[in-house]
Amino acid sequence: MKPAPFEYQRAQSIEHALGLLAEYGPEAKLIAGGQSLTPMMAMRLVRPTWLIDIAGIDALSHVTIMDHEVRVGGATPQYVLEEHAELGQCLPIIGQALAWVGHIQTRNRGTIGGSMVHADPSAELPLVSVLLDARLILQSARAGRRELLAREFFNGPMSTVIEPDECLIEIVLPRWRASRCGSAFDEVAIRHGDFALVSACAQMALDAEGRCQQAALALGGADNIPLDCSAEVTALIGQLPTEDAIDGIARSVVARLSPPTDLHASADYRRALARTLCVRVLRSALARAGERTGTPAGQMA
Amino acid sequence: MSAPDTNSPSAFLHIGKKRRTKEDPRFVTGRGRFAADIAIPGMKHVALVASPYPSARIVSIDARQALASPGVVSVLTGAELARHTDFLPVGVDAPKVKRYPLAVDQVRYAGEWVAAVVADSRALAEDAAELVEVEYDPLPYVIDPEQAVRADAHRVHADHSSNILFHRKFVWGEVDAAFAAAPHHLECRVRWGRSSTVPIETFVVLANWDAGAGLMDVWASIQMPKYPDQLARALRLPGNAVRVHFDVDVGGSYGVKRGIKHTVLVAHLARSLGVPVRLIEDRLENMRGGDMQGPDRIFNVALAYDDHGVVKGMRIRALDDVGAHAGRSPLQLGKPVGAIIGPYRIPCVEYEPCSVMTNKTPQEAVRGFGQSPTNYAIETAMDKMARSLGLDRIEVRRRNLIGPHEFPYLIPSGTHYDSGDYATVLDKALTQADYDDLVRRRDAARAHGRLAGIGISTCLEPSGGNSSFEVLFNPKNETTTWMDSALVRVDLSGSITAVMNTSTSGQGHETLVSTVVAEILERDPANIRVIHADSLNALPSNSPVGSRMAIMLGGAAAGAARRVRANLLSIASHNLGVPVEALTYAEGSAWVTAEPDRRLTWDQLVEIAHRKFHQMPPGLEPGLQEKYVWEVPTGGGLPTADGRIQMYPCHSFEAHVVYIEIDRDTGKPQIQRYVCGHDCGVMITPDIVHGMTYGGIAHGIGAALYEKFAFSEEGQLLAGTFMDYLIPSALEVPSVSITDHCTPSPLTTFGQKGSGEAGYLGGPAAIASAINDALAPLAQSIDELPMTHEALWTRARRDPLEPVQRGHAPSE
Amino acid sequence: MSERSYCVTLTVNGLERTGNCSARTSLVDFLRETLRLTGTHVGCEHGICGACSIMLDGRPVRSCLMFAVQADGHSLTTVEGLSQPDGQMSILQDSFCETHGLQCGYCTPGMLIAAQALLDRNPNPDEHTIRDAIGGNLCRCTGYQQIVDAIQLAASRLAADRPAANQPAANQPARAQSAPAGTTGHDKASHRS
Repeated sequence: MKPAPFEYQRAQSIEHALGLLAEYGPEAKLIAGGQSLTPMMAMRLVRPTWLIDIAGIDALSHVTIMDHEVRVGGATPQYVLEEHAELGQCLPIIGQALAWVGHIQTRNRGTIGGSMVHADPSAELPLVSVLLDARLILQSARAGRRELLAREFFNGPMSTVIEPDECLIEIVLPRWRASRCGSAFDEVAIRHGDFALVSACAQMALDAEGRCQQAALALGGADNIPLDCSAEVTALIGQLPTEDAIDGIARSVVARLSPPTDLHASADYRRALARTLCVRVLRSALARAGERTGTPAGQMA
Repeated sequence: MSAPDTNSPSAFLHIGKKRRTKEDPRFVTGRGRFAADIAIPGMKHVALVASPYPSARIVSIDARQALASPGVVSVLTGAELARHTDFLPVGVDAPKVKRYPLAVDQVRYAGEWVAAVVADSRALAEDAAELVEVEYDPLPYVIDPEQAVRADAHRVHADHSSNILFHRKFVWGEVDAAFAAAPHHLECRVRWGRSSTVPIETFVVLANWDAGAGLMDVWASIQMPKYPDQLARALRLPGNAVRVHFDVDVGGSYGVKRGIKHTVLVAHLARSLGVPVRLIEDRLENMRGGDMQGPDRIFNVALAYDDHGVVKGMRIRALDDVGAHAGRSPLQLGKPVGAIIGPYRIPCVEYEPCSVMTNKTPQEAVRGFGQSPTNYAIETAMDKMARSLGLDRIEVRRRNLIGPHEFPYLIPSGTHYDSGDYATVLDKALTQADYDDLVRRRDAARAHGRLAGIGISTCLEPSGGNSSFEVLFNPKNETTTWMDSALVRVDLSGSITAVMNTSTSGQGHETLVSTVVAEILERDPANIRVIHADSLNALPSNSPVGSRMAIMLGGAAAGAARRVRANLLSIASHNLGVPVEALTYAEGSAWVTAEPDRRLTWDQLVEIAHRKFHQMPPGLEPGLQEKYVWEVPTGGGLPTADGRIQMYPCHSFEAHVVYIEIDRDTGKPQIQRYVCGHDCGVMITPDIVHGMTYGGIAHGIGAALYEKFAFSEEGQLLAGTFMDYLIPSALEVPSVSITDHCTPSPLTTFGQKGSGEAGYLGGPAAIASAINDALAPLAQSIDELPMTHEALWTRARRDPLEPVQRGHAPSE
Repeated sequence: MSERSYCVTLTVNGLERTGNCSARTSLVDFLRETLRLTGTHVGCEHGICGACSIMLDGRPVRSCLMFAVQADGHSLTTVEGLSQPDGQMSILQDSFCETHGLQCGYCTPGMLIAAQALLDRNPNPDEHTIRDAIGGNLCRCTGYQQIVDAIQLAASRLAADRPAANQPAANQPARAQSAPAGTTGHDKASHRS
């Protein structure tokens, strides 16, 4: 399990990296943490001719917390997000998701951008990016910068719209301003740390009466890409979320799934997991939002 | 040598005491010496070309491009290798089922090695392996073992008369009459999935041929009986031209490290190329082509029993899919003959083992050598019997367990069980688990709509491996000794060195031997050095298989130490002028019992032995060393015409109690309590015994819930990486509570029995029992391992209109 | 195609080490084959088993999931560097010997790295935190129990060694507490009687 031969260069800056990408052509690849790329190279499923190392570029590794959003550099290691106390306060969903990502050794090397561009349909961070309606900043020497929504970024299993000469510079995660906001992440993997069979996350904001002001839901592993379920959760807006309403949302999500079948889970099983996990994360997000002012969690039917 | 010194472990000086192992310090400081740690200057590296087809004729192999690739030394094909080596041995009488390290003319499973590339580095060898062009002509294949037994099935080995390697119906006792007379019968089919021990170290071998000396040196991660002999035969060398170095640390084996095909390949390359050659299997080669997958069985079990749940007779049919070649794997159906009734008083048995080949990766010996699947089948039937009568599963077991005063107990298939107190161990386990509390917990969970179950299993671990299944399953094999040996030497300085004759893969043999020798010679075990001989200066050994080393190596080391002690006493007797019977020996000194001042110290005795021949008793050799070669107690017999034979001498017992809850909405099982009652006689080093038992249970959890070498219908391995073959981590394996009991074996030196397979032999049965108890209120069951999340969900799923359950908190 | 040779300089266990390798040489192969530091082991080469765990700049990583060239200029600790400067075993290593938290010893170096990383950050971990910290390190021998025992023992011995006034606050990251339950309901009964 040795990779096919390649050459290596460490980029000194974003511009340097993009210049090298342009120079070495479409068979060159960026590497930051390499936690997804390296095993695929070891199995010779991916054979870049050049690896351009962007791990040491400071401009790609940062967490910038602003009033309305959090901007995260593409090569920011996952452990930085995990240990960032202020991020944990303002976007707890990140920590909730990272608890499921690999193991400590992989989170110490793995980056948020690496997980995004690897685009495993059951990966946690891409799912959160869809949940939060994140914006992705891509840049190339050829075309400069462009901005995409996360839900426009993924276009199939292990596949995105990123061009071979582009680098994912930054992920912009919107913050909800509501004070009564709760989120939850849950998944079923066979062993802890494995890729999920199905994963789900939700975020919900309540008004003072406990009515849903804003809600988001996303589902991973149940389709080719991380699935945005914001359309289904609009049914909750302005309502006191009930068990029936939550179950109705989960059912309507499941109704439009066409999950894959593989060694560990059939499509039917994934559908059932999707329903269960949708219900559970919505319940939890609701309960956590409710706890924010100490009022009872939701008005359960 | 056969009577235990005592029935009470507390009577020992060193045995059974808390002691740090001799091996651990080198491993925690990174100074282990594993096969891959050994490098010889100039050594070359091997990569393999594997078949993509489960069955195909090899039309041609074109290595020209590969040979032109940078750093490539050689490309070897199966046809070329077969010209210089002989095929690998087959455990049963099937001479036409030939296996070579590289496929000759035909491939028989996807992943089978077709060619080997030798290069300056492994990476360069892999580059070139991609360039070897093999033209295949795909052939029909058979993947399902129940298809493979049919007369019209595609034959995996066309020269063999069918796909069946071994098939015999043994009838021990009046089985038909018992079934005719019994008021109740049940029949069930249970399936044991193809899993294995999958050590974290893959198989590694390094070989170096010294043409001048005519000597092949081999360093390998090996755990295999008669490995040097098989290697020499395959290479067409005399036995003394092969030197296997047993001082290599082996990174786990639990049965499977039998890389004879790897070694023949690498040794041939070293000989033919005149350079040292190393093969480190990578994980993909290991999983697909390493020939280390385990039993893959379909059982049909029938019980005849009375109204009280007392078993009157049993029929077991076992169909085992051994994959594309034979090796020793058919014999894994043979070992269970020695414990075919489990711990129960079953008076008559019909056993019909059938070993069948398919176009899958070959099977290798796995921890327990077929006993754990058999235990699972028997235990499943016992649970079903209890359920069918509306009786408690524990009560049913009590009614059938062999009683403590019935030993030695002769089972219908010819083995005497040595000793045991099964009901007491079961009681201890139930007490430790607070069984009544578990029942309350389960019932409360059920009252809240959750799925919860308690699992029970009571199983035997036959130990002391004498491999009587060889003569039982192969009339042409007359091997009736499975001896092991040790040498104990006291040097001029008075230091003790013991020599063992095989490699170690985690069992702590250096600690075992030093403890036993210290016990006999009454010296500090910390100062006793234990070394591993190489195969040319080794005494006979049959390697650490069949849970045998505490018994066999421990017994041999004790035997050698006793001879040394006898020599010391003889020297003392001669010099003190009294008969040996008038002497006392303690802590290395000997004195006249009636006059304790008349004594010779250890140093004085050693000095006489090494320097003062004039003070030596007549007839005693100078120097101070003794060897002991021990035959397996009760071994040496051949089978009767109806296939009765004494299998292993000793029988450890384990009782498992498990509490599991299943998340109905996801199928996820959670083991919330795990207790194992264990009796392996006198424990020599309790930490080692407990460690192996915990490890066996974890392995059992893997086999029961997670691990499977799944194949597609097209014969492709689907679980060929650690992403798909799911070894449980510390988060899947729960905390386990072991409660010990000691019923000494009357057959062994100190009353010890084997424990290398402990935990694994009853674990899967107990977990299945708990799962099926949880599913019982739904009138569901699963009789197939592994019980996957999806399989559990399929049985546990509720009406989709019901709400999703609570009681499961997502992460915060 | 001929591969370029890259000069890699690392600080390994406090000593600067230099070697040449191709770009595709994994860090674990570089350590083992080029620097002949064979304490770190290879188990799967695809990032699952954890046998190759080392510390990179003080954090545990898998050395099979890195190329040596990526580690150029960085500081590493391998199992060979866990012992005390005088060569004595560390408290953690000694605790593994005390509880027999290993058998074949193959996963042990990676297990020690994961455990050391945990204790460096959280001197008083509970059982679940320990299991989570070694959750990325597979062991086939021990069933993990005596490993967990060893880490608990090391934590208590380290706490006893530490002057009470200097005891650092348990500033473990939030996530260590939040790991979803893989196994719960462990009782604290003695493991054997």
